Amino acid sequence: MEIFGVSLPAMLSQLLLGLVNGSFYAILSLGLAVIFGLLNVINFAHGALFMLGAVLTWMAMNYLGISYWWMLVLAPVTVGLFGIVIERTLLRWIYKLDHLYGLLLTLGLTLLIEGVLRSIYGVSGLGYDTPELLEGATNLGFMMLPNYRVWVVVASITVCLLTWFVIEKTRLGAYLRAGTENPRLVEAFGINVPLMVTLTYGFGVALAAFAGVLAAPVMQVTPLMGQNLIIVVFAVVVIGGMGSILGSILTGLGLGIVEGFTKVFYPEASSTVVFVIMVIVLLTRPAGLFGKEK
Amino acid sequence: MNYKKIGYGLLLLALLAAPFAGAYPVFVMKLMCFALFASAFNLLLGYTGLLSFGHAAFLGGAAYVAGHAIKVWQLTPEVGLLLGTLGAAALGWVFGVLAIRRQGIYFAMITLALAQMVFFICLQAPLTGGEDGLQGVPRGKLFGLLDLRDDLTMYYVTLAIVVAAFLLIVRIIHSPFGQVLKAIKENEPRSISLGYDTNRFKLLAFVLSAALAGLAGSLKTLVLGFATLSDVHWTASGQVILMTLVGGLGTLSGPLLGSALVVLLENKIGEMGAWLARLSGIEWFSSLGESVTLVTGLIFVLCVLAFRRGIMGEIIARLERKP
Repeated sequence: MEIFGVSLPAMLSQLLLGLVNGSFYAILSLGLAVIFGLLNVINFAHGALFMLGAVLTWMAMNYLGISYWWMLVLAPVTVGLFGIVIERTLLRWIYKLDHLYGLLLTLGLTLLIEGVLRSIYGVSGLGYDTPELLEGATNLGFMMLPNYRVWVVVASITVCLLTWFVIEKTRLGAYLRAGTENPRLVEAFGINVPLMVTLTYGFGVALAAFAGVLAAPVMQVTPLMGQNLIIVVFAVVVIGGMGSILGSILTGLGLGIVEGFTKVFYPEASSTVVFVIMVIVLLTRPAGLFGKEK
Repeated sequence: MNYKKIGYGLLLLALLAAPFAGAYPVFVMKLMCFALFASAFNLLLGYTGLLSFGHAAFLGGAAYVAGHAIKVWQLTPEVGLLLGTLGAAALGWVFGVLAIRRQGIYFAMITLALAQMVFFICLQAPLTGGEDGLQGVPRGKLFGLLDLRDDLTMYYVTLAIVVAAFLLIVRIIHSPFGQVLKAIKENEPRSISLGYDTNRFKLLAFVLSAALAGLAGSLKTLVLGFATLSDVHWTASGQVILMTLVGGLGTLSGPLLGSALVVLLENKIGEMGAWLARLSGIEWFSSLGESVTLVTGLIFVLCVLAFRRGIMGEIIARLERKP
């Protein structure tokens, strides 16, 4: 079976690859949106912390023999704690300043983290094997479905939906949303807003690290793997707007799929298609698809 | 006031005399190109309050345009510089129109994303030579008279162009237009209520800044004879932010000093590391040359946390407090 001269299995496998990338976009843009909502900081370091998640996974396997499954929990916890330290010692001082200092500080952190790991591992890729349980592919009759990729998509969407549920449907989430709207008023009600801010940052970067662990077997693990990704995620955030959690998830997944299709029909444009869509969205809906200007 | 005049006078004298005092002309020319780049960037961030994270596209884009015009179309250097500058201005117009539709932090993200798009286009387009870049761009003769192949001639031409562009920036800042830009930076809603079409002013400032960054990029191609991907990469945008921040946002002299410091740091960090290793006996320092990003990252963090006025900003604030 062929569609526009491309065989269906080839197209479906690119689609799945697109969904894998889209899952990373979704998790990362979700974290950026949650952090920006409460801290008013665009976390440029998100890409570096995503990378840290992947590198930690590789280190744990190679030096300590800790398996992938343990790292799925341990890496986000470690990076989350690291994020809490960053928030307590550095970010805390710049909340009252212009937005741009938050971006510059986290840019500096990015260069710092990447610089340290580069001086240890260089820039070449560190290989990471797919965990045994998820090796191989399932034969669907018309195509081979690589198990690991399916796992990445399922795990990411589950985590995204859990986050959505916590923020939109629980009491804790209600505090968080209220804090986004008016932190002073929430504090007046006796809620510890600074603690909430710290935990939010920790949680946001833990999400990034979780995506990093998922990415370790499918992407080359290198100290620079987060760089290009974070810029694409910025474009995703501009397209979706940071107003809505579900919006971030849908935009991320959708753009991953679009990117996958572009790889089939016009591979040269696959690295720029997200930016082109950003331009179109800016021209037609300047506030973003799900956005409200803040 | 007199401090400033004396300072600029000394700087100009030093630059005029530099080739005879043993400075390597090509290196000083590179410094001047980056000083112009940072000054152009500062016009936007320091005086209009717009953080562009995409200025690499103008520097690198113009470098490719000028290089292509001179090497492939065999045009004269002055036409090459002009085309590079105009190309950057046109690109700046496109970036500006798109990015000004959103406020604040989105502005930075949009310019960064657009610049990344330009990077990928430069990576793939056949005209730019991909990973190799555009090599062997001849300097030729300026106006058919001045032979630029001579480093000394090239040096003084570069100095003249950079000084002229710097004076233009000074003129822009002190013009009524520049005052409106400052008003927009301080309080945009109030500027709107005073009847200024702030988006038009922002766009014009953006185009001017892009064009001057493009001039710096074209000049750099002419001086060094090549244009490479590293000029369009987002790290060049980060670098120019660092130069301006270290030197002093919104001061005229800050970007000059900041760019010199950052370029010197990147060139000499290996030697500095070796020196530190000998001094402290810690072996790790000798590998500092490979960790430029680590050091720049550290400077970024320190600047934002403790040193937001930058070096010249601090000095000016001290001088003004004294009397």
